[in-house]
Amino acid sequence: MSTDKIPTVLVDDLHVRYRVILGAGTGSAAGAMRSLLSGKSPGQLVKSVHAVKGVSLTAYEGDTIGLVGRNGSGKSSLLNAIAGLLQPSQGDVYTASRATLLGVKGALNKSVSGNRNITIGGLAMGMSRAEVEAIRAEVIEFADLAEFIDLPMGTYSSGMQARLRFSIAAARQHEILLVDEILSTGDTEFRARSQAKIRELTNSAGTVFLVAHSQTMIREVCNRAIWLDKGVIKLDGKTDEVLDAYDADIQEKKVAKEVGN
Amino acid sequence: MNEKSITSIIDEFGLVSASKIPPLGKYLRETWRRRDFILELARARSTAEYSDSLLGRIWQLLTPLLNAAIYFFIFGILLGTKKGIENYTAFLVAGVFVFNFMQATITIAASALPKNERLIQAIHFPKLVLPLAAVVQQIQQYFVSLVVLVAVVLFTGEPITVMWLAMPFVLILQILFTTGLGLILARWGASSRDINQLLPFFTRSWRYVSGVFFSITIFTATFSVWVSTALQLNPGAVYIDLVRDSLMTSQTNEPIIWIMGVVWALLFFVVGLVYFYRGEKKYVN
Repeated sequence: MSTDKIPTVLVDDLHVRYRVILGAGTGSAAGAMRSLLSGKSPGQLVKSVHAVKGVSLTAYEGDTIGLVGRNGSGKSSLLNAIAGLLQPSQGDVYTASRATLLGVKGALNKSVSGNRNITIGGLAMGMSRAEVEAIRAEVIEFADLAEFIDLPMGTYSSGMQARLRFSIAAARQHEILLVDEILSTGDTEFRARSQAKIRELTNSAGTVFLVAHSQTMIREVCNRAIWLDKGVIKLDGKTDEVLDAYDADIQEKKVAKEVGN
Repeated sequence: MNEKSITSIIDEFGLVSASKIPPLGKYLRETWRRRDFILELARARSTAEYSDSLLGRIWQLLTPLLNAAIYFFIFGILLGTKKGIENYTAFLVAGVFVFNFMQATITIAASALPKNERLIQAIHFPKLVLPLAAVVQQIQQYFVSLVVLVAVVLFTGEPITVMWLAMPFVLILQILFTTGLGLILARWGASSRDINQLLPFFTRSWRYVSGVFFSITIFTATFSVWVSTALQLNPGAVYIDLVRDSLMTSQTNEPIIWIMGVVWALLFFVVGLVYFYRGEKKYVN
């Protein structure tokens, strides 16, 4: 990597552990009482998941990086840590500006209208009221929700919620943009439009990290790819090289499994 | 990459840790910059609260009125607690409204973070805005109640005196105290959902020792002076008494009550703010 490139995201030996609550403890009141009396920690059954295990990387201005890896390889955790939405258990992430995560999670606030959610989302991202008003029409149009926009967001289908969330976050210019599986939701038509939007944002944003089901998309827009495997970087390099190696590995595992059977 | 090169890159290109919490001053400025966000969350909450009911936001006025009527009927007429208290109606309504504000605010603040989990997971912002939005929403509700209270006070024959000028001051103190306590509970509520099970018992006990529907002075006349003083100086009783003192000629307080009103407000507000801020790292996982 040449030295004249400007680094925008620096991930330094990042570890992410998070706790998963498996259930409310022993289930019965008597059981809870017993664990209290025996001095064991009562209540919830908690499991710790070590999702990212020592990832280091530097992303530069102009980089569009595709992240590939199987489910549970730590792609989403890595993006969340870069966005500052979860706390690293070790190491840290340094960014030139606050990274924005374009995710697929549903409504921000289910009990108020889509319109109100545009305001809430925009203000939460640090926009002023005037800026929110400036993007409102565009957001509604892009999400294609004009007739539903004054209904409580809880009445929306999950696809509609995802569309609105995407449109709110996408309405803004981002220096660092993190896109997480956004293309897996919505109908075919919206998928095509959001792909186009991501391409547009990719062109204007300084640095983009992209997690997508579609390898075609990654091959098309990314100049670099990172293959994550069980929380560590297996390969980091030119998109085609990394994706070819990843594909070959998938094929190999498939064959191995079939032989094993 | 070795440590030295990382540090030099960070310095040279002005990179900032994505997970590090800014110093308190900057944290507060960032929160202030999102004041419109706080107001919007408060509004959204108010809308959501009344969206299922036919009468909508009329309940903001009806609820305090009905509460006052019920307490008056039970404690004023049926149980006759009014013995020895002049203008028991105003006394009771003041107690109920002032206390209800504190109770409602801390209850909502305690669940402010878990309730906004989606927002926390999606967008990065100082989490202080969430309990503050709960406070703002309740202040707005409180002001509606205070209009009812002033009406009741005037209706029951209290004159407007110079003491009424103390009301804004009393309210600021009470809001500072309540915000501080709410922030402490918000941090607890973020790490343990059990707080929501425990809180009703706490607020109910607190209500009974704060002289909401009886006069602590008369009630504790036969008790030891320690018990009587402790009850009178508890923040719940202090703010109730200060409001009564300001609006009713029959109620007057020792200077110590006014002093305690200031002490509790500053103490809880500062401690609550710092305590909540120090937990910021824990709110995202």
